Amino acid sequence: MKFFPSHTNLKSNLFVKALFLSLCFLLIDSSLSFAQEDLSESWFNPNRVNMLIFLTFFFAVIIYFIQRAKKGKSLFIRRIAGLDAIEEAVGRATEMGRPVLFVPGIEDVNQIQTIAAMIILGNVAKMVAAYDIPLFVPICRPFVVPVAEERVKEGYAAAGRPDAYNRDNVRYISDEQFAYAAGVQGIMLRDRPMANLMFGSFFAESLMLAETGFLTGAIQVAGTANIHQLPFFVVACDYTIIGEELFATSAYLSKEPKLLGSLKGSDLAKAIIIGLLALGAILETLGITQFTRWFFIE
Amino acid sequence: MGTAELIWNGVAALLVLCIYSFLYKDNPFYKFAEHLVVGVSAGYFAMILYYNAFLPKLINPLRAGQYWYIIPGILGLLMWARFSKKWQWLSRPTLGFVIGSGAGLAIPLYLQNYVIRQLSATMLPVGFTSWPLITNVMIIIMVFCALTYFYFSKQHTGAFGVAAKFGIWTLMVGFGAGFGMTVMGRVALLAERVIFLRDYMVQLWGALF
Repeated sequence: MKFFPSHTNLKSNLFVKALFLSLCFLLIDSSLSFAQEDLSESWFNPNRVNMLIFLTFFFAVIIYFIQRAKKGKSLFIRRIAGLDAIEEAVGRATEMGRPVLFVPGIEDVNQIQTIAAMIILGNVAKMVAAYDIPLFVPICRPFVVPVAEERVKEGYAAAGRPDAYNRDNVRYISDEQFAYAAGVQGIMLRDRPMANLMFGSFFAESLMLAETGFLTGAIQVAGTANIHQLPFFVVACDYTIIGEELFATSAYLSKEPKLLGSLKGSDLAKAIIIGLLALGAILETLGITQFTRWFFIE
Repeated sequence: MGTAELIWNGVAALLVLCIYSFLYKDNPFYKFAEHLVVGVSAGYFAMILYYNAFLPKLINPLRAGQYWYIIPGILGLLMWARFSKKWQWLSRPTLGFVIGSGAGLAIPLYLQNYVIRQLSATMLPVGFTSWPLITNVMIIIMVFCALTYFYFSKQHTGAFGVAAKFGIWTLMVGFGAGFGMTVMGRVALLAERVIFLRDYMVQLWGALF
């Protein structure tokens, strides 16, 4: 944020940025909750102070690690096993001379899973362009189409094959969930892709897509943070990237400082959450309930 | 059942059978039903969008004198610039607004529901003197191990690796339970469709004979 003076100390600058962001989000949250209520109520909800502290802390930690990543400091992220599965799937499709199908989920572009899927799509496009095999990307939401087109185009350009990019391969199917699923199943049965990569937000159509892909004999790698759909992918796919691994995969592939920093920040937050859990459990066992009640949100 | 209803229910029954023919293999009947549902849904959603979003959220407010609604209207129109290679860049502010506002609204909600509430629900008293306390011990250990599995800053080796392994086993047990529950729901949907086909056959038989 350029309006913060650059000569101020990094730590205090981070805290100020984090506090500013948290207050913005909390104001939006408070105003939305008051939107249907009496407008004479205050803009700040004192019952959400715990949220403000959490938000400030998370933002500060994430911004800190993003700054570290931007300065070129190495941030260790363990290799996600699903990455090898993606490379193997694309390699198998190349050997068989068959296309790769990338399904980016059914949610809109403002959903974080779709954004993570788009990052992975860019890297898959780069792999596919290098091997010169078609990449089909059926889309459920119109807003996702331009983003997907740009990602695929960038991937082909990064591989030095901008001429091989075919805009018609990134196609909008339908907004309706099962119409989209039927369309994608049709692509699987007719175009017979050898590799099905399904990353993003899925719902009831997940098993339909995974089963159809299984029937065609394609190698399938799927990843979603929708926990109710993970069982179907685990059962029907060759490899499943579970929950947060989807975001870790996108950070690992892109190596973007913002994504790496966010991942490291969330790791630190997880470690602190484990510590808080342990402390909370010990205090509850001793009969001290005030600590737990502080986390309670009305 | 009137004649019109009989005919339309017949079309519905025929389309159900066309879709189920996919269980054998891909065939022209399935292709027809698939293309029909994709086309009809596109047209249907266009109308839904017009009557539920465009009309009440843009046209009617503008007619009522709330002229600031022209701003989101212009943002929406700018998306059409995607069709022009020269003017494609005009659609980026709209995309940025949609992505930014969506993420901004979601963050406090996710933090509240998926972190803070879960945290307060998992801070449980532990012990070995009664079954509820033992259950609490198991819950806390499983939550710790599942969180360990999703820790990306350290390799899964040694004691950390053992905890991560236990974590993924915990997740898989949960996935298995979810799978079983959802399969029951899907079988219920199949049963509903079979009942629909049976009832239609009975009504058709009654109408014809």
